[in-house]
Amino acid sequence: MTETFETRFKEIFGIKWPKLLESLGQTVYMLGWALLIGAVIGLFLALLLVLCRKGGLKQNRVIYAIVNFYVNIVRSMPFIITLVFVFPLTRLIVGKTYGSTAMLVPLVIYISPYMARLIENSLLEVSPGVIEAAQAMGATTFQIIIRFLLPEALSSIVLAMTTGTVGLLGATAMAGYVGGGGVGDLALTYGYQRYNFPLLILTIVILVIFVQLLQLLGNRISGRLRKHR
Amino acid sequence: MIRIDHAVKTFDGGTQAVHALRDVSLHVEKGDIYGIVGFSGAGKSTLLRLVNGLETPDSGSVVVAGEDLSKLSHRELLTLRRKIGMVFQQFNLLEGKTVRHNVSIPLQLAGVPKKEIEQRVREVLRFVELEDKENAYVSQLSGGQKQRVGIARALATSPDILLCDEATSALDPQTTESILLLLKKVNREMGVTILLITHQMQVIQMICNKVAVMEYGKIAEEGSVLSVFGTPREEVTRRFVRTVINDQIPEKFLSVVRSETRNQQVELLKFIGDSVKEPLIANLCRMEGLEVNILGATIQEMQGSVMSVFILQLIGDDEKIRLAEEKIDGAGALRERMAVGA
Ligand SMILES: Nc1ncnc2c1ncn2[C@@H]1O[C@H](COP(=O)(O)OP(=O)(O)OP(=O)(O)O)[C@@H](O)[C@H]1O
Ligand SMILES: [Mg+2]
Repeated sequence: MTETFETRFKEIFGIKWPKLLESLGQTVYMLGWALLIGAVIGLFLALLLVLCRKGGLKQNRVIYAIVNFYVNIVRSMPFIITLVFVFPLTRLIVGKTYGSTAMLVPLVIYISPYMARLIENSLLEVSPGVIEAAQAMGATTFQIIIRFLLPEALSSIVLAMTTGTVGLLGATAMAGYVGGGGVGDLALTYGYQRYNFPLLILTIVILVIFVQLLQLLGNRISGRLRKHR
Repeated sequence: MIRIDHAVKTFDGGTQAVHALRDVSLHVEKGDIYGIVGFSGAGKSTLLRLVNGLETPDSGSVVVAGEDLSKLSHRELLTLRRKIGMVFQQFNLLEGKTVRHNVSIPLQLAGVPKKEIEQRVREVLRFVELEDKENAYVSQLSGGQKQRVGIARALATSPDILLCDEATSALDPQTTESILLLLKKVNREMGVTILLITHQMQVIQMICNKVAVMEYGKIAEEGSVLSVFGTPREEVTRRFVRTVINDQIPEKFLSVVRSETRNQQVELLKFIGDSVKEPLIANLCRMEGLEVNILGATIQEMQGSVMSVFILQLIGDDEKIRLAEEKIDGAGALRERMAVGA
């Protein structure tokens, strides 16, 4: 049974079944880590933007201008350019410029400003009145962030991160092609270059399902957090 | 309790500077329910926010409970804020959280032990008559209930001062009244000094003992509610007082008054409390050669006292009218002549 499935799979898609699993694993690996690190950095940058902006809790024009400029610059670069551009940095950190781990460097650099913008928007949606009430209670800036700003924005942040993750998935495909492996690499190297049309379709289907699942999960979590409004 | 002296605050409003406060001084005594009334943009919120340091004056001083705010460190200011509750027009609650969560936040911030928090939350919720809503989500409450939660939250840390920025402006008249009664109870039973802002004179009339009228970043007029309502000096004050006490000749009667060919004088009379002992109007009616018509009459309750306003049309020769006026003044009523135009 397994025997026949694997041979049939190879016949139709031109690659071995475990190869697909390995690619999936690489995609999930890149996506997961880049998302985790990128979201943490993105959140940090978003907080800097929101706190330091004009009228923010810790208004600071210099920090705001620097972060804002950095975020804009990185966001205006196509991922493939960022990828090549940070090769030296990647080599410095990981020691090589290929493989899924090495690809995390450009992926994080690419996604964190994107996340920062999305999260910034979520944070700005928090009612200024609630923040004012927090200040009037004598809350410190840290307490305001932890007890008011983040909890109030959480549901919206989850949706923003879902959007970011879908964007990140696209980037992992490109990163995979350059040397990171993953489903995107599979599609381009084995599917496109070898005129393997069924494999191409299969990878597209997988990516579509992936995005659907991500969005479903994001909506679910966000909805649950928003339940009582 | 609160002493603001010569406060000036100018905002950078883009193209031109906005003078939100121009030399404002305000003294609020312990136990007062002090109302500030004014039209939109008069600088009321800015003035209120000086008290808990959410806004700092460009010049002038703010002393609250004996502490000069400009001399406090940031930490000390945060501590002082716990002794000053604040209530907002839009409630500013965490809508997705329970009533209990909202009320316990200020206590958590102050580092109160969990057990005490539970107890205190129950106490204040009982005080605002919401003990049965402890586990309800704020989003499920009505506007009036939300404001009760807002007040409970402000009272959680047992403040000495309560600041209310248009606390009833988002509520219907009936709910407004119940919230005002609650504020009065806060003042009386908890001994909390209240400084409130409103653009509704009814609010001032119902619960305040002192009032300041603000216009263009200045206090136009201030004093006890009875004296400001009784003898408003500034035009802006008159406009506000007029919203609760009608001192205009009703439109319908105006033409009657104007078409009167005999010698006449229209008088506005105000009686405060039981200052007038004799049956003044009856006595006026009995005067020979004088005809008295009542064009308008209203009675208003405030500060546990009563203020009645009469608009009288006196018809008779100049001498008779002068005598009538003497009688009115002698009786202790506030009187002013009204022009009726052509
Ligand atoms: N942070 C700010 N930056 C710039 N201008 C401000 C700021 N806060 C208030 N102002 C301006 O100062 C003036 C007074 O504002 P304030 O909020 O004190 O008025 P208000 O009497 O409370 O009015 P309202 O009844 O509309 O609440 C207004 O012209 C307002 O636009
Ligand atoms: Mg205001």
